Amino acid sequence: MAMDKTKSKSSKSKSAKARPLKIKVKEEDILIGLEIHVQLTNLKTKLFCGCSTDYRGKEPNNFVCPICLGLPGTLPVVNKKALELAIEVCLALGCQIPERTLFYRKNYYYPDMPKNFQITQYHKAGGSPIGLGGQVSFDFNMEKKVVNLIRIQLEEDPGRLTYLGSIISSEYSLVDYNRAGITLLEIVTEPDLRSPEEAREFLQKIRSILEHLGVADCSLEGSMRCDANISLKGGNRVEIKNISSFKAVQHALQHEIIRQRRQRADGVLTVMETRHWDDNTGRTISLRTKEEEHDYRYFPEPDLVPIEITPEQIEELKAKMPELPDERRDRFILEYQVPRYDAGVLTSSKSLADFFENCIKLYSEPKNISNWILSELLRYLNELNIEINESTVTPEQFTTMLKRIDAGTISRRSAKKVLMDMINLGKPPDQIIEEDGHKRISDPKKLEPIADKIIEKNQKATNDAIKDEKAINFLLGEMMKETHGTADPIIGLQILSKKIYQLRRKEEST
Amino acid sequence: MPTLYELTAYELRSRLSAGDISAEELMFSLLERIERVEGDIKSYITLQKDEAINEAQKIDKHLKNSKKKGHLMGIPIAIKDNICTQNIRTTCGSKMLENYIPPFNATVIERILKEGGIIIGKTNMDEFAMGSSTETSFYGITHNPWNLDYVVGGSSGGSGAAITADEAILALGSDTGGSIRCPASFCNATGIKVTYGLISRYGLVSYACSLEQIGPLTKDIRDCALLLNILIGYDPYDSTTLQLPKKDYLKSLSTEIRGIKIGVPQEFLGEGTDEAVSKAIWDAIYLLETYGATYSEISLPLINYAVPCYYIIAMSEASSNLARYDGIRYGHRIEKDEGEWNEVFSEDRLAFGPEVRRRIMLGTYALSAGYYDMYYLKALKIRTLLRKQFEDQFKSFDILVGPTMPTIPFKIGEKIFDPLSMYMSDIDTVIANITGMPALSIPCGFSNGLPIGLQLSGNFLSEEILLAVAHKFQQETDFHKKKPLLE
Repeated sequence: MAMDKTKSKSSKSKSAKARPLKIKVKEEDILIGLEIHVQLTNLKTKLFCGCSTDYRGKEPNNFVCPICLGLPGTLPVVNKKALELAIEVCLALGCQIPERTLFYRKNYYYPDMPKNFQITQYHKAGGSPIGLGGQVSFDFNMEKKVVNLIRIQLEEDPGRLTYLGSIISSEYSLVDYNRAGITLLEIVTEPDLRSPEEAREFLQKIRSILEHLGVADCSLEGSMRCDANISLKGGNRVEIKNISSFKAVQHALQHEIIRQRRQRADGVLTVMETRHWDDNTGRTISLRTKEEEHDYRYFPEPDLVPIEITPEQIEELKAKMPELPDERRDRFILEYQVPRYDAGVLTSSKSLADFFENCIKLYSEPKNISNWILSELLRYLNELNIEINESTVTPEQFTTMLKRIDAGTISRRSAKKVLMDMINLGKPPDQIIEEDGHKRISDPKKLEPIADKIIEKNQKATNDAIKDEKAINFLLGEMMKETHGTADPIIGLQILSKKIYQLRRKEEST
Repeated sequence: MPTLYELTAYELRSRLSAGDISAEELMFSLLERIERVEGDIKSYITLQKDEAINEAQKIDKHLKNSKKKGHLMGIPIAIKDNICTQNIRTTCGSKMLENYIPPFNATVIERILKEGGIIIGKTNMDEFAMGSSTETSFYGITHNPWNLDYVVGGSSGGSGAAITADEAILALGSDTGGSIRCPASFCNATGIKVTYGLISRYGLVSYACSLEQIGPLTKDIRDCALLLNILIGYDPYDSTTLQLPKKDYLKSLSTEIRGIKIGVPQEFLGEGTDEAVSKAIWDAIYLLETYGATYSEISLPLINYAVPCYYIIAMSEASSNLARYDGIRYGHRIEKDEGEWNEVFSEDRLAFGPEVRRRIMLGTYALSAGYYDMYYLKALKIRTLLRKQFEDQFKSFDILVGPTMPTIPFKIGEKIFDPLSMYMSDIDTVIANITGMPALSIPCGFSNGLPIGLQLSGNFLSEEILLAVAHKFQQETDFHKKKPLLE
């Protein structure tokens, strides 16, 4: 799922905002629960066969074998590494891990499922998913927010249907089974979320935890998807499917809340149903009502044996557990004296936190690095809708830029411009400074002609300055403008002062 | 001097490796026999004559030039058509898979080929192994070699008939509710369903995965043991296979049976069992007594729940296992290529015959919300109880003995329109599938010129004692050597 990025430029948010709300609903009255599907992308092979997981951008139906195609006679075999990673996720999210876990079949017909059933886990009828309960906390509006998890289950991803244009207008569907059998974790939360923004923040936290665990790279297309359950207190629950980016989560939820509030205002009862989010139109359409819900006929997968998880195995995995975002945030606060909020933002993504720490190794001014990341770097990245690991800016380049500021080679102001060019053009800072003349002009011989020009152009200001020394600052401002901020202001001021002094002497002498 | 095709694999094996006969010679002898009798019997759906001859010639070269010899060098073997064979179509007796050619071999096929066995063809069976008579096959009915008007039993009827009619030296079947033992009984062959998890199911097209095992159908128990030595063993491709030390089942044939305790559940010989069948079973028990076995009659009332328990579990699993046949990736596809996909795949699925449809419908029903607890869950509970009751019995007894089938073979067409009476004929065989315990069937008599099968069943992993008792019985009797007159 794509990370927190810029506000959408598409029309959907505008159209939603354009319709005024007739009735106010307090945030406490909004109940949102999420079902998050995450691919454990760091696995080399699929959940039940040896096929490669590296299917993105490849020819359709080339990463398949008799097993993930569900050919007659084939049997699944559980990927041990997948099980390990799933347990690690459960441990990181504070779930209880059962002594015995088993797989179930979820039966329904759909062309993207080679067997017309999905091997998944089940929490009813004696089923025992890999993780039960659990909690995720995150900072939201400077407060600590806790979301309770219901369960985590391990399952196989179906294949993918491709339509010609939209799902409705397409004349046919094409099916690609490369994705079929990829390991998915389904994380189900209690309806503890109170706003679309909270939901987005929560997802970001989950993502950062998964990346710190080293189980998934959630920036990969389609690797993190989610369904959302939303209701207004006292109203019916609506499930929204097909949400595939952080941005879309927020939009889909906003859209649905407005729809439900509107219905409530009009005295219409919200129907319990499943709706499909269409990213292109920014709307949800009804898929099925409760009466039409599938009967999945869950039953234990007879081709797989129950899996025993021993306390020793859990201890072993616990011992291997890497530093997680919360610990890392707390360490940043202690070790680098970064404010809590800043530390939270820095650890909201593993690549960003890594970037920060790599910078510190090269330049031991953590607070300065943090400030520049938070106030400038992230802003430019967001404008381009990319993440730090997608940009060409390296810790070496970033810290070089900071060092040039310290050395007085460039001003803070030109540094912002240099940083922008580093991101946009992918060039190292020294090259930009050299080529574009961002280098601070502190040579008096270069500044003197400029000072002469400024004085000539600004007769009135010059006269003011002759009378009142404070007015000289205006001329200095003009000099900075003229040099695009590259003039060394201290030298510049000295030169201007000298010139004004000479002029005053000249005036007095005449 | 018997003709080559009449010999057992065990007998042929030594003659082949000694160079007394060639694999090609044996193959021709067998193919000529098939040529003569197959028209009447119809054991096979697909025959691999040319390929089999080629293979035999290759094996002969290998036998001459190499010291390394497999345990089945040059032995022709018939394979039930629900076991996947690479590049040989595998139909499951269904129109659905009429043109389906698997891109891989089942694990058992790999093992057989590695030992030098030669696949001569794929045998007829009830569609997707659903049936007890081989009458539900899309490819026609297989006829009982003892009387062509009678059924061969099922669902591995083609393999059973091929053994009895000397159309194969060895055969593989699969047993979900008696599908090896029933045709063994009806055809006068020997067949075993082993403890669940001993033989890999990888490549066996699933009907009801928690119940079924692949197994041998052979001319005698020694060939069974020979084949088990190759088939049994852990397979990383089948999570339900057991990891156990390797055993030599040929050696265990000669285990002393004196002093073994036999239980005879009265339910196996109760209402619905032919008198002639009962008599043959008792004769067998008395015979075993003379070799030092002791027996007691017992009662296991839960047996009466076995058939409904079996059918609910089997149909439920089948409804899910057979869901994949939608005509999209392989299998029967209607001409139409437009329309809602639901409509198209529903029409594709009309390629299933009536019995398969019935079981999918009933299984879907049994798993549905609101009925799950009443049917599927209850069946699982009965399964647990049955398993426990049998485990308890095996604290007092080494084996249980009874008929494999309650009757001699019935006439073709007699039960096919009466599914309930057909299902009830599985009463004695389904227990071993429900419990996961081993059971075998050996010939023990005839009535009206049709064979009767004796079923020996035991506790988990008691194959060795079952084989030893069966071997002793076959050493002292010649029922298994009797052959139908076909030419």
